[in-house]
Amino acid sequence: MASVAKAASASRGFRGGIDPLGEIKSMSAARRREALQGYLFIAPWVIGFLSFTFYPMISSFWYSFNDYKILTPAVWVGLRNYLYAFTGKPLGADGDPLFWLSLLRTLTWGVVTVPLAVFGALLTAVLLNQAARGTSIYRTCFFLPSLTPGVAAILLWTWILQPQIGVFNSVIKAATGLQGPNWLGSMEWALPSLAMISLWSAVGGSRMIIFLAALQGVPKEVYESAKVDGANAIQSWWHITVPLITPAIFFNLLLGIIGSFHVFTSAFVATGGGPAYATYFYALHLYNQAFKSFDMGYASALAWILFVIIMAFTLVQIKLSDRWVYYEAAR
Amino acid sequence: MSAVSAASVRANQVARVAKDVRRVILYVVTISLSLLFMFPFLWTVSSSLKTVGDILAYPPTLLPSVIQWQNYLVAWEQASFGIYAQNSVIVTSLSLIGTVSSSFFVAYGFARFRFPLRGFLFTVVLSTMLLPYEVTLIPIFLLFRTVGWVDTWLPLIVPSYFGGGAFNIFLFRQFIMTIPYELDEAALIDGASRVRILWNIIVPSAKPALATVGVLAFIGAWNDFMGPLIFLNSQEKFTVSLGLYALRNYVGEPGEPKDHLLMAGAVMATIPIVILFFVAQKYFVQGIVTTGLKG
Repeated sequence: MASVAKAASASRGFRGGIDPLGEIKSMSAARRREALQGYLFIAPWVIGFLSFTFYPMISSFWYSFNDYKILTPAVWVGLRNYLYAFTGKPLGADGDPLFWLSLLRTLTWGVVTVPLAVFGALLTAVLLNQAARGTSIYRTCFFLPSLTPGVAAILLWTWILQPQIGVFNSVIKAATGLQGPNWLGSMEWALPSLAMISLWSAVGGSRMIIFLAALQGVPKEVYESAKVDGANAIQSWWHITVPLITPAIFFNLLLGIIGSFHVFTSAFVATGGGPAYATYFYALHLYNQAFKSFDMGYASALAWILFVIIMAFTLVQIKLSDRWVYYEAAR
Repeated sequence: MSAVSAASVRANQVARVAKDVRRVILYVVTISLSLLFMFPFLWTVSSSLKTVGDILAYPPTLLPSVIQWQNYLVAWEQASFGIYAQNSVIVTSLSLIGTVSSSFFVAYGFARFRFPLRGFLFTVVLSTMLLPYEVTLIPIFLLFRTVGWVDTWLPLIVPSYFGGGAFNIFLFRQFIMTIPYELDEAALIDGASRVRILWNIIVPSAKPALATVGVLAFIGAWNDFMGPLIFLNSQEKFTVSLGLYALRNYVGEPGEPKDHLLMAGAVMATIPIVILFFVAQKYFVQGIVTTGLKG
């Protein structure tokens, strides 16, 4: 009896029809009732998807080919918005002077922060995995920064990095007698300062927990049998641990890279993109075009360029992952 | 013989000492790292309790000379944090209810009903997770502007009632599929309606998943900055994050100090999250691990 029920529930899959209406017509009354009830339950998502995802996507794609400044009706301009973006300095003289700059800042940000954050998260996870006592206390200490509201985190770091009376420069002064840098206010140090703040909140967050779960998922017997075979700690790290946690590394890198393109709040609150555009990220540029200049057409073009870049990165990452990510065959 | 055993005893001792040294190093590193991560919080709490004179002193002191609890009172009343906190509580709880109930409802539909296009629609749900928010941001803003919802809380609340987020639907669906379908079937034979099954069988079995999504939804709504920044204009409607930002950019009379108030505000914005974390730590971890393993 139980196996019959199991087989029945196993067959409850989607059968791949391409003619839903025809399929509904050919159903028994009970099956049709079930299908209609199912649609009723997913209806909130369908409405939400159509009005807050599908329509906005089509609409922003359309606006990206228009000159649309909110107060006047949209005017079709073809590829002009895209050309305006691409022909800015240094590739041209007439285009958006900040497009390539903001894209470069964002890529720099990703290249600097993502590997550091993923490596740091792995390191803290390894530490936590080794510690026998008090793990939950350490985990809490590492984890809380990632939950702190972005604005609050920036404010507390701005205060620590305050050039004259901040605790960082006071310690530097006391230790070396030298005046510390201007941190968030200086061209050279603004980006590193933001990177440091972001590492504080990124290292111990979800990345670390994912690594911790991956590390704990490596079967103990594998280590034991490697030890019997004479492998030392370094060998079993490279030949057992690393291969088995590559899915977690891949996942964290992928999400990190995608996330790095969205960097906004920290720069918006801490520096406003300055000084002299040193931290002027792409999302900041987009925000300014849309909600300061109300140039919705151009901002939509910026959004679609970003969309294409993120998709390209995602696909490349997934392709590359075949080469070095090890998935257990049983999965 | 005795020489050999003495040597092996010594080798054992060396190994034990080496192990102890390694353990000590491990704990020293872990504890100092923990302190490093906690330092900004401790410094902020200390700064928020300093007098105006203390906070501007050079070199800065580790602890306040006199504890100024009234900083919090001033931030709460004069700097409007009381209003911001109230607004955040309203917005967060209403959108939390929407997110949890709506995504659970939808997940139940995907997990327990057979209907044409189910697999395709679920793929669409999952693929929306890859979509960068910038692509939909502008039309959504224009949409809410057209219906006159700008400078109200509605844009921050209403969308959560329509699907409640792809990841949450996914998480709930996975969880509901682990609940034996035989329970539903037995109830159906007894004549129970689908809504009653949802309420009496699925919801009680899915409490851990509900807590996980609830906790994540709370954090998401409480910490949201972009939403309030774009949709709210009047200060009396600001949430805590936006209020903090506004106070930071507020230019008062020259030399009018506000750093102690900013610190008190930052502490107040963070406290609910810290409390929630301590109460529901395991649900945080569960939610994240689900993202990592299945996402």
